[in-house]
Amino acid sequence: MRPLTPRRVALNCALLGLVLFVVVVISLRMGAYPISVADIVKTLFNGVLRRWEAIAPEFTSVVFNIRLPRIALGILVGASLSTAGAGFQALLRNPLADPYVLGVSSGAALGAIISLAVSPQTPGTIQFAAFAGAAATIAAVYFLGRRGGQVDSATLLLAGIVAVSFLSAVIMFLMTMLPGRDLRGMAFWLMGDLATQPRINSGWLYLLLIIGVGSIYAASSDLNLILTGEQEARHLGVNVNRVKLVVYVAASLLTGLAVSVSGAIGYVGLLVPHLMRMMFGSDYRILIPASALGGAILIVFADMLARTVVAPTELPVGAMTALVGAPVFIYLMRRRVR
Amino acid sequence: MSSASPVVTAQRATGVRLNVEQASYAYAATDRSAPKFALGPISFEAKEHELVAILGPNASGKSTLLTMLAGLYKPLSGRIEVDGTEVSQLDLRVRAQRIALVQQESELLFPLRVWEYVLQGRYPHGRRLRFESQEDCLFAGNALAQVGADALRDRWMDQLSGGEKQRVILARALAQQPSLLLLDEPTQHLDIGGKLELLRRLRKLADNNRYTVLVVTHELNLAAEFSDRIVLLHKGKCLRVGPPAEVYDREMLEEIFEAPLEVEMRPSGRPRVILRGSR
Repeated sequence: MRPLTPRRVALNCALLGLVLFVVVVISLRMGAYPISVADIVKTLFNGVLRRWEAIAPEFTSVVFNIRLPRIALGILVGASLSTAGAGFQALLRNPLADPYVLGVSSGAALGAIISLAVSPQTPGTIQFAAFAGAAATIAAVYFLGRRGGQVDSATLLLAGIVAVSFLSAVIMFLMTMLPGRDLRGMAFWLMGDLATQPRINSGWLYLLLIIGVGSIYAASSDLNLILTGEQEARHLGVNVNRVKLVVYVAASLLTGLAVSVSGAIGYVGLLVPHLMRMMFGSDYRILIPASALGGAILIVFADMLARTVVAPTELPVGAMTALVGAPVFIYLMRRRVR
Repeated sequence: MSSASPVVTAQRATGVRLNVEQASYAYAATDRSAPKFALGPISFEAKEHELVAILGPNASGKSTLLTMLAGLYKPLSGRIEVDGTEVSQLDLRVRAQRIALVQQESELLFPLRVWEYVLQGRYPHGRRLRFESQEDCLFAGNALAQVGADALRDRWMDQLSGGEKQRVILARALAQQPSLLLLDEPTQHLDIGGKLELLRRLRKLADNNRYTVLVVTHELNLAAEFSDRIVLLHKGKCLRVGPPAEVYDREMLEEIFEAPLEVEMRPSGRPRVILRGSR
């Protein structure tokens, strides 16, 4: 009997943090302007110590103004989507749940677009609208996916597919109607990319990330029991309804947060928690922090590929994640049917 | 050993652990419509070291009664007390420290090892976000030993046979350290040897470890053999409460189970039911 200890959680997270750091450094190196790894590490080091005078000005501009903000955005988005995915999987007791597959990301995108059309200048409204869109969509999909009082796995996924195509159609309709047909904007909301920096101070976004991940993590012992069976969790003293409400709000918040800054990037919430389960087991006390870090690693890496494989043009990062994510989804689905 | 136990337990049993007073419950499709199914009122009590069997044909309200005793349904009227406190007043965690309910287990979504499953039983004894202590492992290990499932510790839950799984589920309930152990048709998927072994084990737990055990079952003969008291339900009504010898009345059993049968009194003082194949 070797129960999970806080020490093991910390150790594994430190390991993933190290991997993230390496991926960030590699990603900082890739791009049109060549910088050596040694220069990047030196620049980062001096930047952390706020010794700006010790850094060459062109490095400051390339590292701190261009590449690092994009990477930071990738970390935010990856961590949010993966944690939301793990949260939805427990909430719906469905291993195939993912914000994109369930249509939650599309709902968030629609909310964001409406808020942009109505009040484009007020900061924070877009995040709130994306959150509201996400929360409304997951509620709708949940009720559509119920059959005879039970959430049926296949029906739920079908409801998600219908939600994605319906909401995408509404998004296309709105984008076409709005002044200045914005095809690039359409691709952004439907596929997702990290090329645009959010107008809101990113400190607020990170605060929301910490609140969202923290509330799901605080419920992780409860989620372990709920995954074994809701009724049994009740017998063991879990306030199932309260836990589900918290996870529902937090996962919707995280999805809205990610979509509001990067559009609907798919399959991250599916891929990463599954990968982490294979590596660390399905205990949510380690799965949640591991997924947050793993999601950050995946998105930073995928965005690096999206920026470089067809340089000088760029692919949307959502195309990269879908290329990998869709086959994995099929694999997981086939394995479950067996 | 088990046939002599009722006399012994009657002497030892002191504290009333479970007290059910005129408890009733009703299901309805909506708040306004007439109830579809009504249960009770039911009164009985169970003491320390006692094993009580809840019997009755299908749809007689056995599982509803058990769920109500576990505090998951609030009785419409009457009282259900465990160790002197009304069950519905208990905090969820405190309730799970006193009462363990074993039902048919749900399908696991992700693979889980036996020891991880049993450790879940320690949940009510900790804070919300918790990591298991050495003490928790000790309790879980003891629980596994009590059901004779030590060797299964490192196996995966989905690779166990029906009987093994039933023992592990029971071990998780014991890891809760409850005083009241409720089991909903635990014998359902077991073969005849497994059924006998499970009831022997429950009898032993009641005799040696101060548990009060309530079992919902269809096994009339095993209930007669191992229980101190029978609660006989039919269509939501409690027909009789008492020792097996008093409750097993041929005419009544024939009527409620709708089967021709005979009741035979054995030298041990416990009745035996024999089904008559043809008249």
